[in-house]
Parts: sequence; C-alpha cells; structure tokens
Amino acid sequence: MNFFCIGLSHHTANVATREQFAGNATAELIVRKGACCEALLLTTCNRVEVYAVSNKRVSTDEITRCLVSETRRNLRNYAPPFYRYEDDRCVQHLFRVASGLDSMVVGESEILGQAKKAYESARTSGAVGPFLHRLFQRAFRVAKQVRTHTDIARGAVSVGSVAVELAQRIFGKLSRCKVLVLGAGETSERTARAFVSRGVTDLRVSNRSFDRACELAQAVGGHAVPFDDWTTQCREIDILLTSTASETALLTPEILAPMLRERLDRPLFIIDIAVPRDVDSDVNEMEGVYLYDIDSIRSVAEQSLAMRRQQVAAAEAIISDHVTDFIDSISRGLSRAAQPAKQPSLGETSLRTSGL
Amino acid sequence: MDRYFLIISTVCFLTAVVHTVVEFRAKVFRPWRFNFFAIGLGFLFQTAFLSVRGHELGRCPITNLFEVFVFLAWSVALIYLLVGPAYRLSLMGAFTAPVVLLLQGLALIAPIDVRHPVQLTANSWLEFHASISLIAYGAFALACIAGVMYLLQERQLKTHQLHSIFYHLPPLTNLFAAITRLLWLGFALYTLGIASGFLTGHPLPRTQVVAAVALWLLYAAILQAWHLKWLAPKRVAALCILGFSAALALLWGITFTAQLNPIP
Repeated sequence: MNFFCIGLSHHTANVATREQFAGNATAELIVRKGACCEALLLTTCNRVEVYAVSNKRVSTDEITRCLVSETRRNLRNYAPPFYRYEDDRCVQHLFRVASGLDSMVVGESEILGQAKKAYESARTSGAVGPFLHRLFQRAFRVAKQVRTHTDIARGAVSVGSVAVELAQRIFGKLSRCKVLVLGAGETSERTARAFVSRGVTDLRVSNRSFDRACELAQAVGGHAVPFDDWTTQCREIDILLTSTASETALLTPEILAPMLRERLDRPLFIIDIAVPRDVDSDVNEMEGVYLYDIDSIRSVAEQSLAMRRQQVAAAEAIISDHVTDFIDSISRGLSRAAQPAKQPSLGETSLRTSGL
Repeated sequence: MDRYFLIISTVCFLTAVVHTVVEFRAKVFRPWRFNFFAIGLGFLFQTAFLSVRGHELGRCPITNLFEVFVFLAWSVALIYLLVGPAYRLSLMGAFTAPVVLLLQGLALIAPIDVRHPVQLTANSWLEFHASISLIAYGAFALACIAGVMYLLQERQLKTHQLHSIFYHLPPLTNLFAAITRLLWLGFALYTLGIASGFLTGHPLPRTQVVAAVALWLLYAAILQAWHLKWLAPKRVAALCILGFSAALALLWGITFTAQLNPIP
C-alpha cells in the first residue's frame, strides 16, 4: 500500500501557477482517473494538495494530469513545481498543514476549517476510505492539541484583529463597549465590522461628510454622529477608532484632559490608523488612555508573528510524537492483516477490510 | 510530625513555582491548571499542619511568628482557591504560589518557631480576632497580587511591548473588578477583626491599636477615593501593593511585640 501527498503551495509556486491547478478536479475524479483507492483534494488560496492511497505506485504526473484543466493539458515543456511526500513524511506534512505550521501566516486557523471541509466533501463523494479517515481524524486531533498546548495561534496579525484583540485585553467582553468610528474609510469599515463581529452593539460613526457617516453606520449596524459632536462623545465611549484625512491632530491632551476627569474609572482605547495621525502621541501618556497608531499596531502584529514562530519547535515536537504513533498504529494494522485469518475482534473489522 | 505536613505543603508550592518558571522559559505559558492543583494540594497539607498544631496547643495556632506566617500563607491560598476560579483569574496561581512559598519558606528556615514558656489559655475572642484579621490579610495579599498583574498588563499595553504572558493575563477591567472585590472583602474582614480585638477582655498595646487603625484607615481611604473617582485604577493597584507591604510590617510588629509581652 502507498500513501502519499502531491501538491503545490505558496512555498513552491506563485499564485498564477497555483490557480492553474485549483478548481478543476474532485477527489472522486482522482480516485477514478488516478488509479487510487482513496483520495482527498485540499484546495485553498495557498495550496492545492492531493492526499491519496493506492495499491501500486502512482506517479506525480498521473495525479497532476487530473488537476489541470482540459485546455491546459496539452501544454508541453511545462514542469510545475509539485512536491511529493510519501509515508511518514506525508503524515507529517498533513499534520503540519492542519496545525497551521505550513501556512503563510504561521498558526492561522482557517486552514483547519478548510481541511475539515475538504475531508467532508471527499467523504460524502465516497472518495475517502478507512485510511484517509484515520489520517485526517488524527490530523484534526493533532491540530487541536497543537493549538491547546502551544501559543501558535496566539496574537492577532492584521489591523482589525489586533485592534479587537487589544480591546478584549482591556475590556474583556466587548458587548458593553461603546465604539466611535471617526472617518469612514475602507480600513475603518473593516475594523468596525471586526468589532461588531465580537459583540459590540453600540457603534457610532462620525465623518466630515454626514451622508457617508450614515452610509457606513447603516452598513455596520451603528448610528451616525455629526462631526462637530465627536469630541464630546469621548466622555462616553470606550473605544475610538480614527482614520480621517486631517492634516493636523484632531485629538490632543488639552482637548481630552477635561473629559478624562469625568471618566477616570474607565479606560479609553484609541486606535489611530490615519496617516498623518489624528491623535497627538502625547495622549498615550495620559492616565487610563491606550493609544495605538498604525506603526504600533503593525509592531504588535509582528510581535505576535514572532511569538508564533517561537512556538514552532514545541508544535513540531507534538507533531513528531503523533507521526511516530500514527505510523506505528498503521504498521500494527498491516502486520495483523498479514497474519492467517482468525475471528476478527470488534473494532478491527474496518481495518482488516481495508487491507491495513 | 506537624512540620512534615508543612514541608510537603511547601514542596507543593515550590513545584508550582518551578513549573511556572519552566513554562515561562519555554515560552509555553499555560500553568493555570497545574498551579491550581499544586496550590490545592499544598493547601490541604497546610490545613493538616494547622489542625495538628491546633490540637497540640488546644487553641488556634497563632501563638508565634512561625505560626502567624503559616496561617497567613494558608489564608492567601484559601482566598486564591475561592477567588481564582470564580473570577477566571487562574493565572493568579502563578503569582500566588511564590508569595505563599516565600512566607512558608521563611517560616521553615528562620528560627522563629519558639514555643511560649507558659501555656497560653484559650480566649475565643482573641483567637477570632487574630484568625479573622489574618484571613483579611490573605484577601489584601491577593489584592496586592492582582495589583501586580494589573500593573504588568497596563505597562505592556502602554509601551506596546506585548510578551507571551500578556495573552494569558486577564483583561484590565476584569482584573480591576477582582482588585476592588478583594479590597472590599479584606476590608470587611479586617473591620470585623479590629472590632473583635476590643472584645478580648485584655488591654491592648496602644502602638498596636494605632498601627492597626492606621492600616484600616489606609484601606478605607483607598476604597473611598476609588468610590469618589479620585483615583485611577492604576493608582489603586499600586496602593494595593503599598497597603499589603504596610500590613506585613504591621503583622511583624504586632507578633514581635506580642512575643515580648504575651497576653495570658
């Protein structure tokens, strides 16, 4: 029995190459045309991978021919950068992929959901058999363990997620937080949506153009506030997200100080993603105020990534243990299958019928 | 025999501290469950020690500095076990274990387990006064620990330097809620402790009374200033550390003078 993984990812191919092989095949087709017993196709924006089991060796070329569209099949002198992993390296690769170690943003969790979807799709079409079932179930378990036992998924890495994560570190649950969005640009909208998705219900939008403020407020489920009134809002709000095109600072310690005296018991979190900055940097020196400009948000994102990278060794150790254990369990299954027939015990049946 | 219980208990707290340090160095900072059980186990052995010592003395075992330190360590562990999980402040265990270890280690190493030359008679009001005051100290100690955690978290947020521990510390507002609740709990117990001190039936040394009332006033001032919004949370957190340092100094003073002039 052969089990292998053939694919290409952001490590080996650019997006133009990857898109030529994405969306043209199904797991069922690979089983049928690729002479495999079982197959699973994992396609994401960063990778196209086939995990398969066969009785005899299947060449990489046979699989890649299934992946490429009919129109491109006749291209000559074209050697796409496919990689091939077999046996324990195939298992290790899948465990690394599922745990987010092979992702462009180390530790991202989207890949696990995509792998689960790919497994579900292949299972529904009947392309997954006992081996891939065991392999993927173990991969999901490993990914969960890696996330639980290491900090690989800790820390946010985009402007919106950093803002939301910092807000949660300050306020805990965001459902009772009042957020003011100043400026109605694209990043503001994305970040506002990130806040709403984490439970913020009181969202106010202010913009020089009131119509645009109303538009954004409607889009994110908030309400518009006239631009002249935005400073007085600082008495009530917990989070200020600002990204106007103003050439000068809109918020200075002098403006904020009288309002802070009335709200000494509540912190104020300011995210200033405008360039030039809307908030004077001295505001960060004020008690109970936490000011993050675009550079500090980027710096937090970089720190998160660095922290995630530090966790890779711990994650690799967990994966390595699981690879050894999985390969052992498969070998035991194979040796049992090679023994003379005896009455199978409960739980061994599926393994026997699969020839493992 | 009783000291063995205390040694085992100290080993439990030491294990929690070592585990935290190892995890922290490995940058895999997930010590809460282990710490909670290690502190829980340590607490059981502390209780066994205090129980054996209490039976031996025929009264609450707070008769010398050694016992006071152990009782205080027991109070800190007790309040942590009650408060930590309730407010999801399990990481507090990583900060609580060193404090308890320090108190107990000091008690074990220093030659302070000096028995009174005369058998002390049981006085229920005096024992109630001493024990409830020490449990109040336990609450103040936890408020101090939460204060340290608050300042640590606040500092990281201000400087934009977020370390691994940042993601494991509770949110600032939750930490501050815990600080105020612990302050109120400690203050209520301490008020009870001071009031019961006047019911012991013995004249109390004036210096002790003045110092105890001064400490009570300090905590009352912190709570009142917070209530009137005169103090920002950061200053309240810092004052919790100052308050507990003062409480420790007072405790040492009271126990030291009590050993010189014991109440029969």
